[in-house]
Amino acid sequence: MKLGFLVDLNLCMGCKGCEIACKVENEVPLSSWRLRVKYIDIGTFPDTSRSFTPLRCNHCESAPCERICPVSALHYLPNGIVNVDSSRCIGCAGCMMACPYGAIYMDPESNTADKCTYCAHRIESGMMPACVVACPVEANIFGDVEDKTSHISRYITAHQGNIQVRKPEKHTDPKHYYVGGGNNTLNPLAHERIEGYGLFNNITHLETLGDPHHSILERFTAPIFGGHNDHLTNESFVDMPNDADETHESHEEGGHH
Amino acid sequence: MDHVSTIEATKAVVTLDVALPGIIWGWMITLNMWAKSIGTGVILVGAFLLSRHKKIEMPNLRWMMPLISFIFLNIFLLFTLLDLHQPLRMVNIFLHPHWTSAITVGAWMASLFTGLVTLMLAIGIFDAFPDFRRQCGLAKKVREKSSLYEKVFPFVVFLALPVTMYTAIIMAEASARELWAAPAELVQMLFAALMVGSASLILVSDKWSAEARKDLTLILAFSVAFSFTMYMGEYFFSFKAAEVEATLAYVHSGGSYNFQFWLAMTLGYIIPFLIAMGSLKVENRTMMKFAAVTTLIGLYLAKSTWLEIPQMIPLS
Repeated sequence: MKLGFLVDLNLCMGCKGCEIACKVENEVPLSSWRLRVKYIDIGTFPDTSRSFTPLRCNHCESAPCERICPVSALHYLPNGIVNVDSSRCIGCAGCMMACPYGAIYMDPESNTADKCTYCAHRIESGMMPACVVACPVEANIFGDVEDKTSHISRYITAHQGNIQVRKPEKHTDPKHYYVGGGNNTLNPLAHERIEGYGLFNNITHLETLGDPHHSILERFTAPIFGGHNDHLTNESFVDMPNDADETHESHEEGGHH
Repeated sequence: MDHVSTIEATKAVVTLDVALPGIIWGWMITLNMWAKSIGTGVILVGAFLLSRHKKIEMPNLRWMMPLISFIFLNIFLLFTLLDLHQPLRMVNIFLHPHWTSAITVGAWMASLFTGLVTLMLAIGIFDAFPDFRRQCGLAKKVREKSSLYEKVFPFVVFLALPVTMYTAIIMAEASARELWAAPAELVQMLFAALMVGSASLILVSDKWSAEARKDLTLILAFSVAFSFTMYMGEYFFSFKAAEVEATLAYVHSGGSYNFQFWLAMTLGYIIPFLIAMGSLKVENRTMMKFAAVTTLIGLYLAKSTWLEIPQMIPLS
């Protein structure tokens, strides 16, 4: 069995339902994403078009992240999923340096590497990944690519000649396919990030990796004495005063800077 | 930004995406690589000098070489640990090693190397200062085993080579950053060790013979010259990999990394080369010490630039 993913970009309408479902299902912390949908515009007004590309871990058959991980925290499951054992991860970020798809992040709560696992916990229970269930247009197709009768295999066969993977030149043998993709949607060097042309601006780079309040000293003491945010729960966030509501910027049109 | 201006019709623009991670491996990794270069470099250069000159010509080398190496190897190990987000789990590298990872292999080799250098340091110090801890039982035992130094030394020199170069294998395994995956990186690591190894020993070579000091000057001059030539090739030559082209185009276009790169080349390579060539004709110890310091600073800046620039391009 070799589980794979296929996204039909002709169907995707950029609703971000998959992104939200993933966040909720996997309790992905703020500032981190296992799955994201990128919007790319091309052309000049009025002849413009917008494409949507869901991006997640490619679960490569020859995964550079698995190879560089010094403690096997990243490992293959028998069904082909590249899984993460966060209890073993030392947080060296080698996998973040190795993944050609930028699919791995440092979880700011656990301070360990994390990424899409194709919802391995759901698969184990016979369910589909959360993003597949949430997609209103069935653009996400998931299944066993070695089973010729599976939906994904039949979809690949039906769209032969129009199946792409990201960065094939890396020889990572991704198990994540796209239908209807092109250079602009799949090659990050083919498009630009121009300040002022995005729907949101000044958010191009994260200032910190992992928890910004996780000092060097706390890296040593937190596992023994507990971290500063261990007491926080989801309810804590609901109860938190939101100072941002009172700032000058929020009263301006758009509210994003 | 001029909102009235238009974008070329063929140009694709990202209009909505998440924030990208910035520098992931930053100054701690730079310091880690820089300190390791010194820790192994003094051993390699010291071994070369010991093969060409009598020990009496370099009276403090026997203890100063492992002392410098020990200090910088511990800086290297300390910052390797501090850079981890879960430093207490470092022990997993030894309990659950994954041997395809150069990080694992390197950690094991560097730990063994540091252990052997520590042994050499203990013997070197107790031999060089016979009155130091004269009555201490441990010191007595170490002095009795003084010949171990010469027996261990060849293994230490042999181990210094892979310990110097394994970081290049980590860089190659970090396949997302194509700039690092260049084969030249292996040789650059070796030259970096020779550069800062000779520079560090220049700073403690006041009482050495003129011939030994001349050899140090030669090593510095040759290593900075070859390393500089390789950097120029990497910086200016066209690469096949699109991501490397994009990375270098980003630096070529100016900005702080452009300035930092050329400052590194000037301090670490051009100035030491010119001073060393001058000092080979007429020795000037003060200027050579100045060249040694600029080499150490220049290499740090060069490593920092090369480490950070490939992290600035988006991967997806």
